[in-house]
Formats: sequence, C-alpha cells, structure tokens
Amino acid sequence: MSFELETAAHPENLRRVAIEPLSRVEGHGKVTLLLDEYDRVQQARLHIVEFRGFEKFVQGRPFWEIPVMVQRLCGICPVSHHLAASKAMDQIVGATQLTPTAEKLRRLMHYGQILQSHALHFFHLSSPDLLFGFDSDRARRNIVGVAAAHPDIARQGVLLRKFGQEVIRVTAGKRIHGTSAIPGGVNKNLSQEERDFLLADIYPVIAWSRDAVQLIRRLFEQNLSLYTSFGRFRAHTLSLIRADGAMDLYHGGLRARDRDGHTLFDHVEYDHYWDYVFEEVKSWSYMKFPFFRSLGPEQGWYRVGPLTRVTQCDFIDTPFAERERREFLAFDEGSASGATLAYHWARMIEMLHAAEMIKELLHDDDLMGEDLVTSGTRQERGVGMIEAPRGTLIHHYRVNEDDLVVRANLIVSTTHNNQAMNEAIRAVARQYLDGRKLSEGLLNHIEVAVRAFDPCLSCATHALGKMPLIVELLDAGGVRLDAISRDN
Amino acid sequence: MTSNFLLDGEEVPFEPGQSVVQAALAAGRYIPHLCYHPEFKPHGSCKVCTVRVNGRTATACTLPAQTGLEVASVTEEINGLRHTLVQMLFAEGNHFCPSCEKSGNCMLQALGYDLGVMTAGFRHYFPDRPVDASHPDILLDFNRCILCELCVRASSEVDGKSVFALSGRGLDKHLIVNSESGRLEHTDIALTDKAMEVCPVGVILKKRVGFAVPIGQRRYDVQPISAQALADAPRGSQAKHPCKSCEESP
Repeated sequence: MSFELETAAHPENLRRVAIEPLSRVEGHGKVTLLLDEYDRVQQARLHIVEFRGFEKFVQGRPFWEIPVMVQRLCGICPVSHHLAASKAMDQIVGATQLTPTAEKLRRLMHYGQILQSHALHFFHLSSPDLLFGFDSDRARRNIVGVAAAHPDIARQGVLLRKFGQEVIRVTAGKRIHGTSAIPGGVNKNLSQEERDFLLADIYPVIAWSRDAVQLIRRLFEQNLSLYTSFGRFRAHTLSLIRADGAMDLYHGGLRARDRDGHTLFDHVEYDHYWDYVFEEVKSWSYMKFPFFRSLGPEQGWYRVGPLTRVTQCDFIDTPFAERERREFLAFDEGSASGATLAYHWARMIEMLHAAEMIKELLHDDDLMGEDLVTSGTRQERGVGMIEAPRGTLIHHYRVNEDDLVVRANLIVSTTHNNQAMNEAIRAVARQYLDGRKLSEGLLNHIEVAVRAFDPCLSCATHALGKMPLIVELLDAGGVRLDAISRDN
Repeated sequence: MTSNFLLDGEEVPFEPGQSVVQAALAAGRYIPHLCYHPEFKPHGSCKVCTVRVNGRTATACTLPAQTGLEVASVTEEINGLRHTLVQMLFAEGNHFCPSCEKSGNCMLQALGYDLGVMTAGFRHYFPDRPVDASHPDILLDFNRCILCELCVRASSEVDGKSVFALSGRGLDKHLIVNSESGRLEHTDIALTDKAMEVCPVGVILKKRVGFAVPIGQRRYDVQPISAQALADAPRGSQAKHPCKSCEESP
C-alpha cells in the first residue's frame, strides 16, 4: 500500500533533496524529496531516524518502576509519559478510582505540562516563522529575533513556560522527570505554601494566554488565504472525550470522526483500544503508522492533537477557552478548523484552558488532602491513556505474577500523526516546491508544515540552536552536486 | 589515659579494639566507606576507605587504631583513588539512578555525589543480570550489586539463614541465592530479616514500595553521606569510655 507521493514510480532517475536534520522540532528527523528533471516532486517522506526501544527494555522490570523509567523517553513532555504509565499501573494494582487528592494533583501536574509545552512550541519554536514569514531572513527567524522585534511577546512566552514548569515542580517534585505519580495515586500533596506560590502568578498567566490566542487569530486574519490553505489536507480524527462531551485532557473515552465529521466511534473505553486502532510498519521510518482497524491502513489513518481536540469536543468547560473555541469554529465560516496552521490556534486555546484549569484546581482544598493512594484487586494488564500536549498517548503493559513487565506497547502522540504529517509535507511540496528552484526559504515551508504538529520525533530533549539545517542535492548515483547549510 | 592517632594532622582518640574508621567516625571525622557497616565485622572489600598510613595505603575499616599512626585521608591523591574506585563500581554494574527506586537512599550514589563523580570514566560492562522477582514480597535486582557481602554477613551472622553467598571469581564474581533452585522463593528469607536492611545499594528491595517516598525527602537528600555517616556512628563506646574532651564537657 502506498499513498500519492509516498513512493516514486522510478526513483532511480530522480534527484534526492534531504532536509536533515529538521530544526525547531523536538528530536531528530529528516524530510527527503525526490525531484525529476523538471523539478517536479515525485516523492516526499518524513523519516524518523531515531530508535528509542523503551518497549523492549522495560521488559523484566518491576511495574512500580515504570512510571519513573518511561518518562525518560522525553525531556519535553515527561509528565505525559509519567502519567500515562501511572494510569496503566493504577489498573495493575486495581485502583479503579483514585482519591480526590491524587486525581487532582495529577490533573494539576498535567495542566502545568500542557501549559509549558504549548508555550514552548508556540513562542520559542514556531513564532519566528509566523511573525517574520516562512521565507524571511533566516538570521532572525528564531526566538532571539522574536525577542528583539517583539520583546513583549517573547517575554510572555518565556514566563508562561516558566510558570508551567513551576506547576510541574511543585506537583511532581522536580521540573523535569518528577516522581510523584505512583501506582494507585501520588506520593505527595500540595502544601499551602506551594498553592500560594502558584496562585500569586496565575492571573497574569491567564491574561497572557488570552493574548496569545488573539495573536494567532490576528495572524490568520492578516494572512487568511495562506493560513487556511497551507499544507491543508483532510483526515479522520481521534481524541479522548469526557462522558458529557467536554474536552478532558486527562481522562475520557475515545471519540473518532471521519473526514466529513461523521462519528466513527464514541465514548469507547480505552482499555481495549486495539479493537479500534492498529499499527503498520514501513521500511523507511522507525515510527509506526497507526490506523483505524475498521477502515484499514490505506483509508484509516487519522490525526490527533490540539486541532483535533478543539474541533472534536462538544465544549470546553472553562469560560475563556470555550469562548475562543466558538470563535475559532466560526472564523471565516469554519475555514480554520481544517487548516494545518490552525494547530497553532487550537494549541493556544488549549493553553488558555490549561491556565484556567490550573486556577480552578488551585482553589480546591482537596489538593492538600492526606489520602494519597488506593488499591484493589491486582490485574495482569494495564492500559493508560492521556491527551498529551501533542495528542493521544497510549501506554499498555502486561505484568506477570512476579510483578515484572513482560510486554509493553507505547503509541505516542506523534506516531498517531505520522501519516498526517506526511500528508502535510506532500501538500506543501505540491503547493510551493513543485517545479521551482529550491531555496532555504522554500524548504523551510516543509519544516513549517511539520512544526505545526509540534512533533516530538524522538521524545528526546530539544537542543535549541544546535541543529543545523543541511540540504544536500545528490544525483541518482548518490554523488553530492550541491548543498545549502544553515549555521544556527 | 586516652590513646590517639593522627588523622590528617589532627589527633583522634580511640578505644582499644577500634579500627581507624570506627574511631574517626566516633570522633566526628568522616572517612568515606561503602562495605563497612558499624554492626558487622569489617570486610575491607570495596577499598573506598583507603587511606595512606605512614607512607603505605591501607583500608581504614580493617586497620586497627594504634598510637603513632599518621593517617592521611582527605588528600587529592587519596580522594582521586576513591573517585576512580567509585567510577569502577558504577561501570561494573547497571546503575541507572534516574529510574532506580533506591535513588536518594543509595550509598553508592551518595558517595558519587560526595566525591564529585560526574562521569563514568570507564566503558560500562552492561552485564546481563536478570532480576529475581520470585519471592512474593522481595525483589532482588542483581544489576546493582557491589559485592560488599553485607547481606551475606547479615543473613548468616544475624538471621542464621545464610540466604546469600558470593560465587565465581574476578569479573565473574556475583551474588547468588542459597537455595536448590537458586531462586529467592525457595528460601526462608523474611521481610523482618536483618539482610533486608543492610544493602547499601538497590539490590534487596521490598516489593511494591518503589517511589512511595518522594525524591527530595530521602536519606541522602536531607543531608550528604558524610554528615549522615557521622549521625549514624555509634557513640556507645565513647559514652562508656569518655575521652578527655568529653570529661571536660559540662
């Protein structure tokens, strides 16, 4: 099975252009293009070139170690892995209902993670493209350039991320790779001092989040045609949803819709997700390709993440974010709701929602309760699912009677978006690159499309400013004919 | 009359029968150590307590305190040797502190911090050591064993069970379980055994405890190993045989 532009009919006669490594994304990946003699794009692929292997080396480890171990997958959203694994281990220890303190502390941690991750992505990684233009002067197309030209925006971005990190620190015990979620609950509550510390800054955080939504809205208004058409494609969608249809980033049932918005399945308990979602392996990427089992690998691919969540939920139960959701859906008769660049808009609505939820939780005395852990009948299998910043995250473990993990399956958010990202870069390749002489600015269009998804290509740490962009032009025999490099 | 020896140029009082480590700790002077435990006969295997004595190196836990000894402990040379020893211990096992539930309670980790060990220094062996999770309440993670034999000694001398032993030689030396199957489930070890308390690293673990105590609130999070060792040092013999300075105290 192959999609249009996935595999060229006669690759032996084509020129290969590689964007490697991709910059301003989390982890390491590359895009390869095969061009014919008229510079027409015949093949476009997003490759994930790292191999993590966590599914294998958690085998043989005790289950209570897993939430702390697997979060080392990532330095950007470790909280998501920490919580997804903890939710799976809740099932292992038979904790069907957490104590209010445990549930709310975990939720607070998760919203801190959403806030900091979305702020990092929008302000640090993507705003240079959006504020200066995709093919603007590359010397200032970075966060330093944003700080020079738009100091208030840059400052708010930095402070928003910092606040999210502080929420994580007081709830997880550390800013990165905390340990507070344990099977059946948490190992700490929130102290009065910690609550007061966070409350002191929450109102400006909400105000800045509202400003950020308006910023991306203005960018859409100013560049309507570009923003609504850039890298546009149609896809099925998948997310968790609360029982009443509200957005819930921590827990819920599975909701899937087809490309026309018709329901495929709804409020499905995720502990048998494999009846609905399956994965395919392709030879040219370490990342698997999930699809809806009922539709098959060719027709069943889908997208997840902020854009899906904002468009797929029935409502958001915080007032500012709900108002923004409605305006987003109504914008230009709904033209934004299927746009690739609308991921940014939806992401900012979620950041606002996270800020509002943090405020709400900080006023809840349950966070300072003493009842932290619960348990029940021991189970052999545990599935944990959460809406991570980048989308639906699945952790699935089997644990033997000796308490050791014997099988693990992790489907991370970016994996769900694998085919969707490939579709986006192919759309951009067709729109902007086909038949034109390549330049750094044109190739950045490809990266802009990838960045919209905020992919965490390896779930590894991001080295801002350390990733040079190297584009090589090779002949059919692999001989390097030309190269463009960008030093950060 | 109190007997003394010199430790880094300062006089340390001792009681007859005390080792240099025992006397130093009782006097509030820390000499880094790993396999030494105040409740057990000194073993001298880890060599971390190595000091220079009258020009020669010796393990301070097995060296009887004597009048006239001139002991050098806190020197660049000796701490350099200890630094290397700790690096070698890390390289020989699979010590993944970031996900180890003993983190913060681990002597090896705490000693690494104390000695400023920032890198592995040696190529890791990455030995293949499956865990023994056969016992319903106890997990053995052999990946972290530093062969201190404290569990061997505790099980034999205190518990009277001889659950543990060392087998093999050189690089093949490893901790084994003394049962016909070699598995812990076929021993009579109990959670209340002394052997459950003494492991300085993360080999012998009570199951399902994991990270119940948050990182940041653990033994060596509260104070460094040098201060913790002094806080734990037995003072009983000193109380029975007060030194001159104690006699002078109000």
